[in-house]
Amino acid sequence: MAKILAVDDSASMRGMVAFTLRGAGYEVTEAENGQLGLDAARENAFALVLADVNMPVMDGISMVRALRALDAYKGVPILMLTTESHTERKMEGKAAGATGWLVKPFDPEQLLATVKRVLG
Amino acid sequence: MSTVDLSQFHKTFFEESQEGLDAMEVALLALDSGSTDTELVHTIFRAAHSIKGGAATFGFTDVAAFTHVAESLLEEVRSERRGVDAELIDMLLRSVDCLRAMLARSRSGEPVADAESEALRVELNTLVSGEPAAAAVVAAPKAAQVEAWNIRFIALPHLLQTGNDPLRLFRELQQLGRLEVLRAFVVEAAPAQLAQLDPGQCYLGWELRLHASVTRADVAAVFDWVDGDCELSIDPVEATAAAEPAPAAPAAVAPKAGSTPRAVRETASASSDGGSIRVGIDKVDALINMMGELVITQSMLSDIAENFDPSQLERMREGLLQLERNTRELQESVMRIRMLPIGSVFNRFPRLVRDLENKLGKQVKLELHGEHTELDKTVLEKIGDPLVHLVRNAIDHGLESPEKRRAAGKSETGTLRLDAYHEGGNIVVQISDDGAGLNRAAIISKAEQRGLIRVGQELDDAEVAELIFQPGFSTAAQATDLSGRGVGMDVVRRNVRDLGGTVGVRSQTGKGSVFTISLPLTLAIIDGLVTAVGGERYIVPLISIIESLRLQPDMIRKIAGGGEVFHFRESYLPIMRLYRSFGCQDAITNIEQGIVVVVEEEGKRVGLLVDDLLGQQQAVVKSLEAHYQRVQGISGATILSDGSVALIVDVSGVVRLGQQRSKAA
Repeated sequence: MAKILAVDDSASMRGMVAFTLRGAGYEVTEAENGQLGLDAARENAFALVLADVNMPVMDGISMVRALRALDAYKGVPILMLTTESHTERKMEGKAAGATGWLVKPFDPEQLLATVKRVLG
Repeated sequence: MSTVDLSQFHKTFFEESQEGLDAMEVALLALDSGSTDTELVHTIFRAAHSIKGGAATFGFTDVAAFTHVAESLLEEVRSERRGVDAELIDMLLRSVDCLRAMLARSRSGEPVADAESEALRVELNTLVSGEPAAAAVVAAPKAAQVEAWNIRFIALPHLLQTGNDPLRLFRELQQLGRLEVLRAFVVEAAPAQLAQLDPGQCYLGWELRLHASVTRADVAAVFDWVDGDCELSIDPVEATAAAEPAPAAPAAVAPKAGSTPRAVRETASASSDGGSIRVGIDKVDALINMMGELVITQSMLSDIAENFDPSQLERMREGLLQLERNTRELQESVMRIRMLPIGSVFNRFPRLVRDLENKLGKQVKLELHGEHTELDKTVLEKIGDPLVHLVRNAIDHGLESPEKRRAAGKSETGTLRLDAYHEGGNIVVQISDDGAGLNRAAIISKAEQRGLIRVGQELDDAEVAELIFQPGFSTAAQATDLSGRGVGMDVVRRNVRDLGGTVGVRSQTGKGSVFTISLPLTLAIIDGLVTAVGGERYIVPLISIIESLRLQPDMIRKIAGGGEVFHFRESYLPIMRLYRSFGCQDAITNIEQGIVVVVEEEGKRVGLLVDDLLGQQQAVVKSLEAHYQRVQGISGATILSDGSVALIVDVSGVVRLGQQRSKAA
């Protein structure tokens, strides 16, 4: 099953995302901020990256930009987990190279549906 | 798997929200004291944003709604559309308090929003610039229905690099209805030579027809993520006049807020938790590492045991030594998991100090040192109240008013300093102020009134300071709404004692006071000295022991009233015969034949008479109260390596016991 990287500084959100995806059989690696996410991405080949936008140390946008600079992540789907009130940030994420986004709040079913859509 | 029970994440959500609010408060107070660090604003914003996202996800809609307004205000600050002033900070600090209360109510399953939170939310909202509320999702006007759509889609070369894939888009279109490819073509910009073709770039375009009676928005939604990465036109093939109700789109791309079913709140699971700890990965790694070592040692030992012959005795001894080392290190690693930095407790003080400054008209500079010093979680949870008490006292009674300070030739702003550090096997927390110091005359006169000392009794400074910890030293009558120095000091001491710690004070008139709390690293294990008294074993905590010695006859004096003292480092200390305190049979009664263990408790030293010293040992503390009942002078029990039970001496309890006995005699 595909390996997914979930990056969010909120332990509850990360927990929900990871639990849901693991329940569906995906292998999930969790990271607490953009820097740790980037470190994990360098060591593993993930089929999909889910990234929160607002995070300490390194935010999601910077992480996406850094990921896209890596050869291994040129075409890998990266979804931003974002809130609807920040469309500018959404566009910033897109400019940084994000594939798409999942709007918070989302429930486990929406998350799974989106992930399945992206991973085919 | 159909549904995920979201309530299992509630506890984590509450905990991280609590942390987020604490961080917000700290940052707000830093802003208040004039810092212009933009990272502070980001921290506050991020915390609010996180709480909002979590609250909305886990179904705490009132919390989400409140945080949304606060966040909008913060967004204005972040984007520098609004400056930071005292009014704004006050407002946000109130919001933090309000959110704390709301989260507490969420946690206990009570109605979350109340009049106060609503009023504050409205107040916040009026502060937010007159922009339309971003949360309102405007329903798209119903478009006329069509039977089919012509879609012209040309991928820009970089589309693949964003992780998007035309195939996925087509798959999604197929979910809406039958998809017909009218034409696929290569764009003109494509390189003419195959060798020049970059596989990472896309040079294709498609003309498609989607046979589905959906709205234009439904079709456009499929291309939502590739907006800007393609050329796209969506045109109706033929319009139908019939206004049929729109069938629901099978897969909406961007789920809208408010349309999602929420998991049922389970308050029972939220309140019946046993508490949790967030542990750094380094600590877990250390544990796993130790576990590995232990496995190696174990296999080495079983290897020896399998083909044992006496020539391997040396190897076995080595193995056992290694096992001992592993066990100790493993124990330390496990204990470290329960350790949390004291900063989480220190962080409440900037707010407290700020409030007290305003209330009392004093100027206080708060200095925090050693926030990273780690303490056992249980100790940490219980040390907060005593610390708050000491800080309040220091500001209320220790530090003088600006006028008085000026008159005394000091700076108008008093300094209150909190320190935490390791000392020996203990954690020391100090609260120091540069105020007036303890008022010797006032304390003595009050102690005389209360009958704690005889009128005219000679007392040195340490003894005077000790008086403020006496039960009954103060009465509620002279307590202000903040506690007065002395009020509840006995409670502070009792709380600290319950944690196996000690508290004392040093004071210098006109220069200030220093309260020192000494706490054990953990409550679960103590380093002790095993002693024999009669046929019993008693463990004396190493932390209390100054020295052990055998007394010579000329060192011992009998004093009036039947007490016994001995000469020790230029002073005389009382002797406590432990066998008498605990009623042991067959113990050594001749002081010269036994051994005296000098212990210190809150500045007082006594000698405990025991038969013999048997060695040092770590003792895993088992509560007596849980299995038997509370026994004065005993803090718990432990099991020795030979399987027998030994009692752990509560030194301060024994000292008090001795005092009661001598008074009664």
